[in-house]
Amino acid sequence: MYIRFISILVASLAGACAPLERADSVEDRLRVSAAVSLSEPLEKLAASFQRDTGTLVEVNLGGSSTLAAQLLAGAAVDLFISADQLQMDRVIAAELIDVTTMVSLVSNQLVFVVPTDHSIDEMVPSMLRAPEFGRIAMGDPAGVPAGVYARRYLKSTGLWGVVADRMVPARSVRAALAIVEIGAVDAGIVYRTDARVSSGIKVVFEVPVQEGPAIVYPAAVLTEAPNSIAAKRLLGYLQGSLAKAVFEKAGFIVPRIRT
Amino acid sequence: MNDIAQVAFFTVGMATLATLVVLPLGVALAWVLARKQFPGRAVLETLISLPLVLPPVATGLLLIAILGRRGPLGWFLAQMGVEVMFTWLAVVVAMSVMALPLLVRSARSGFEQVDRRYEQIAATLGAGPVRVFLTISLPLARRGLLAGALLGFSRALGEFGATIMVAGSLPSTRTIAVAIYTYTETGQQAAAGLLLVVSATIAFGALMLSNRLAAT
Repeated sequence: MYIRFISILVASLAGACAPLERADSVEDRLRVSAAVSLSEPLEKLAASFQRDTGTLVEVNLGGSSTLAAQLLAGAAVDLFISADQLQMDRVIAAELIDVTTMVSLVSNQLVFVVPTDHSIDEMVPSMLRAPEFGRIAMGDPAGVPAGVYARRYLKSTGLWGVVADRMVPARSVRAALAIVEIGAVDAGIVYRTDARVSSGIKVVFEVPVQEGPAIVYPAAVLTEAPNSIAAKRLLGYLQGSLAKAVFEKAGFIVPRIRT
Repeated sequence: MNDIAQVAFFTVGMATLATLVVLPLGVALAWVLARKQFPGRAVLETLISLPLVLPPVATGLLLIAILGRRGPLGWFLAQMGVEVMFTWLAVVVAMSVMALPLLVRSARSGFEQVDRRYEQIAATLGAGPVRVFLTISLPLARRGLLAGALLGFSRALGEFGATIMVAGSLPSTRTIAVAIYTYTETGQQAAAGLLLVVSATIAFGALMLSNRLAAT
């Protein structure tokens, strides 16, 4: 019995070594730290960029604040794509960002969602005051970008006073979505891109882009990037027409003006 | 499916490596704490227990402060061309740090249960301290050591907070726990669920073995 256990361990050690036998030269690889909400379109685009140019692109996913903390500790990353300007500013303040390369890559739209079996199919924001919306889930405004934007919008429409007491802060937007799906809350405020992938909720209100907060996903090359040339090339690629199509298919809004 | 198998093998491989790495240090520390009195002993005990008590993310932040290119150790390693963050090395380090306190606790208990008289008798018969340790203390404490190693292995398998900080979530460094988190955040519920089952099975097996050894 021990022999079987030990042989599984040895096989695992050997199996674990397989991904380690890669070319390690700096010229043909790139590391991108990207907000996890961008993973679907970004991994597609990273793969096609890799096919076209031969540059190996490694995408490190995470919450924007975790990514920023890693960068501040000196993580060797070439490109940083954050889910809001706040985290990008943290890294800029540490003089780790080449601000000449910074662009607003994509934008998003806030939507109100309710569980699919909810009685209403549409609503207007002021309806949140109603007692039937006793609990409202959103990303924690203390740190989650989507929560920060949601709070900003609610403040601008004078609803924050009411919602603040009823708010259920979630660790991430997807967590907020999950809470709405299982019916633990009466409504939630998430991104359109998140609502798309869920079948357990329905969108009852879309915050018009002009009225909502300016949602920004800034992208920039790091000053200490091991491969800044390829990073700039990738950043340009992510602003091209193929990238626009992929981002829009995932539900993101692509700015018309390119810097 | 291939991804899932790769993540599973990678995680088990790294956890095995981490356990092997902490074994010598953990056993040494356990023996010192079980047998020796010295000033600062309480401080040592506390330091070793720290990863057990701190939230894993806090441990992760500490680790990147040390191992990042701006940290004392990280800067030195970078000069030699060795990168730790975002590599499998980071995974092993995070797992080792988390496994160590569990190994030390169990091993120390194992050593404390070894009757000192056997060690003393061996010494009177002419065995040096190293020989006493290798032929008397270690074999008699082996159940505690093995159980500690398995416990540390299980902890390493499930490690998340420190790992994601120091190794990130890249295809080449994704452990089972980090993959479950990433898949959940990207809407890949089926993959996350499958990994959950795989992870539970592996951990269950390891813990069962550990209990069997500790009980007999």
